[in-house]
Amino acid sequence: MKHLSTAILTSAICLGLGSPALANRVFVSNEKGNDVTVLDSTTLEVIGHYPVGARPRGITISPDGKELYVCASDDDLVRVFNPETMEEMHTLPSGPDPELFVLHPSGNPLYIANEDDNLVTVVDTKTHKMLAEIPVGVEPEGMGISPDGKVVINTSETTNMAHFINSETYEIFANVLVDSRPRFAQYNDAGTKLYVSAEIGGTVSVINPETQAIEKKITFDIPGVLPEAIQPVGVRVTKDGKKVFVALGPANRVAVINGETDEVEDYLLVGQRVWQMGFTPDEKYLFTTNGNSNDVSVIDVAENKVVKSVPVGQQPWGVVVAPN
Amino acid sequence: MKGRIIILLAGLSATAPANAQQPAAQKTVQTVQAAVLRVDMPELPPISRLDTPPGDLGFAGARLAIEDNDTTGRFMGQDFDATEITATPETASAELDKLLAEGVSFVVTLANEEQTLKLADQAGDKALIFNARARGDRLRGADCRFNMIHTAPSHAMLADGLAQFLMWKKWTNWFLIAGSHPEDIALADAYRRAATKFGAKIVEERTYEDTGGGRRSDSGHVQVQQQMPVFTQRAKEHDVVVAADEAGIFAPWLPYQTWDPRPVTGSAGLVPHSWHPALEAWGATQFQNRFEKLATRRMWDEDYQTWLALRMIGEAATRTQSTDAPMLKEFMLSDKFEVAGFKGQKLTMRDWDHQLRQPILLTTGDVTASVSPQDQYLHQTSALDTLGIDRPETQCKF
Repeated sequence: MKHLSTAILTSAICLGLGSPALANRVFVSNEKGNDVTVLDSTTLEVIGHYPVGARPRGITISPDGKELYVCASDDDLVRVFNPETMEEMHTLPSGPDPELFVLHPSGNPLYIANEDDNLVTVVDTKTHKMLAEIPVGVEPEGMGISPDGKVVINTSETTNMAHFINSETYEIFANVLVDSRPRFAQYNDAGTKLYVSAEIGGTVSVINPETQAIEKKITFDIPGVLPEAIQPVGVRVTKDGKKVFVALGPANRVAVINGETDEVEDYLLVGQRVWQMGFTPDEKYLFTTNGNSNDVSVIDVAENKVVKSVPVGQQPWGVVVAPN
Repeated sequence: MKGRIIILLAGLSATAPANAQQPAAQKTVQTVQAAVLRVDMPELPPISRLDTPPGDLGFAGARLAIEDNDTTGRFMGQDFDATEITATPETASAELDKLLAEGVSFVVTLANEEQTLKLADQAGDKALIFNARARGDRLRGADCRFNMIHTAPSHAMLADGLAQFLMWKKWTNWFLIAGSHPEDIALADAYRRAATKFGAKIVEERTYEDTGGGRRSDSGHVQVQQQMPVFTQRAKEHDVVVAADEAGIFAPWLPYQTWDPRPVTGSAGLVPHSWHPALEAWGATQFQNRFEKLATRRMWDEDYQTWLALRMIGEAATRTQSTDAPMLKEFMLSDKFEVAGFKGQKLTMRDWDHQLRQPILLTTGDVTASVSPQDQYLHQTSALDTLGIDRPETQCKF
């Protein structure tokens, strides 16, 4: 096995270096495999597997596509890679057990949730220095940021709240109680809605960012699936705000929601224990990480259809697609 | 607890401007008072010194729950407190009287079945009892009480959890070895019921008599190595040994000492638990870390079950935005209630016997080997109801 992956790795590096980037690279963090699987967004073929440190979970990329950030949870730091070569460039201090993070729309700074310390750590991606540590609720996990970069959202899993943080003063200015175990926070691009998923509660709260009031709670009902298995985690919204995708964990479905009415329109069958998702820049495809079936499902966004599943590494966790 | 909360609130009002979603700083803080009453029985030391109960058993779980509740509470204008009381069977009743006189409406008990039932009857409608230790099925059946909630899983739930896994392994022929104490016999009944329910066959049954005396002695293993093979020899062909040793007299000596080379399960080997300190799924790692930081030891079932009881109260207070005891009680017993417990799904209340539904962890010494319900067992309302006594078979009448 080891020889095989080394061989793949070597040939993949050659490939990556030798050919110009025609398609987008898709990066999938494999929590148990301690590596990142890179896919080609056009051919949907695996380009290679690259070691990235211990227990990689949250993964994101800079707006210019030049830096790939990976939460190496068991290394207690964020590792930064060259997305083309997958060589490590440097690391960022993250505080202990970083799980999920969000990048400021400008590419700097990076806001990291530290589950063990009830903190959100703010790190300058240029100077690699820690800018602030913000105390939040018990078990911070989900991180979101408003499109204008002014408000950072953190969800705390045991306190069951979305904390609204002023990104300039680092002060919490509002706390919104949502359902049990909030995992993820996602604004629409217009900044008019904030979606917060509650894994154990089984709902997605639609919050008005201006008033911080919950305007709607989206619930899910799938024939033949027991309610306990419906566990919303990752949320992604198309740029026009019209479609919202919610990964439903062990229900093995992604819900498609009308972003105007916030009504569920469809459920797409994907792999097992689907948690995180990422669009291609043209929003043709949405990739989902299926932790228990070791694959990603590829959803055709316009058609609401799963077109392919691609085996990746062991326990895929997060996914991001290069912007260029 | 109080001092800490005041500091937190002061910090909060300094950093947070007034907001509709931020009522805590302005509102007066309302307190929910609970108590944890542990009734310690005179007991012999356990077979293994690793199993010696810590002095703060259960209480450490309570402290973590209060911290967790208070973190949310500081945003809600709510404060939580739990008085910790250690009693003997002789003093338990007087201690409960004191709590009732103080107006405490929520009492978590860590006691055996007999004591738990007595305390529930004594509390009547003055307090809600959370049973965080006793696992007997009678407490959820013929002896159930409306004012008693069970966060400890029942024998039937634990036995069913193990049985589902054994059936999945196709280990369908069981050699059941039960102790001679009443609680062992009750546990063996739960395994017999589980065998019938899931289609296993108990091909051989033996009773391990407790003849008294200490459970360990210097070089005790020398005799055990002679006794256990002899005790287990010439059993009918079986796939697995199931030990029912609630009293803790013999089961830890079974693995590797049986006449036939068969895995041991039940009270030793593969053991069903409500909690295990090695569980890492579903955010449990952070929960374990927080507990270990606070208690400087690993979490036991009793800590988890106490934590769960107090978290139920906290969750009810958060959701109802109230500290009114009757309102919290009504909400906890309603079908709207759910609580997260680091077991991968919401935990809810069975309205027919007030047992909290929960997954059962199947553990070896070092790891959580599996979690039941197994995927193959389906149910029309909740997969968790494949574990334990379901609505149609309950003997509980409130």
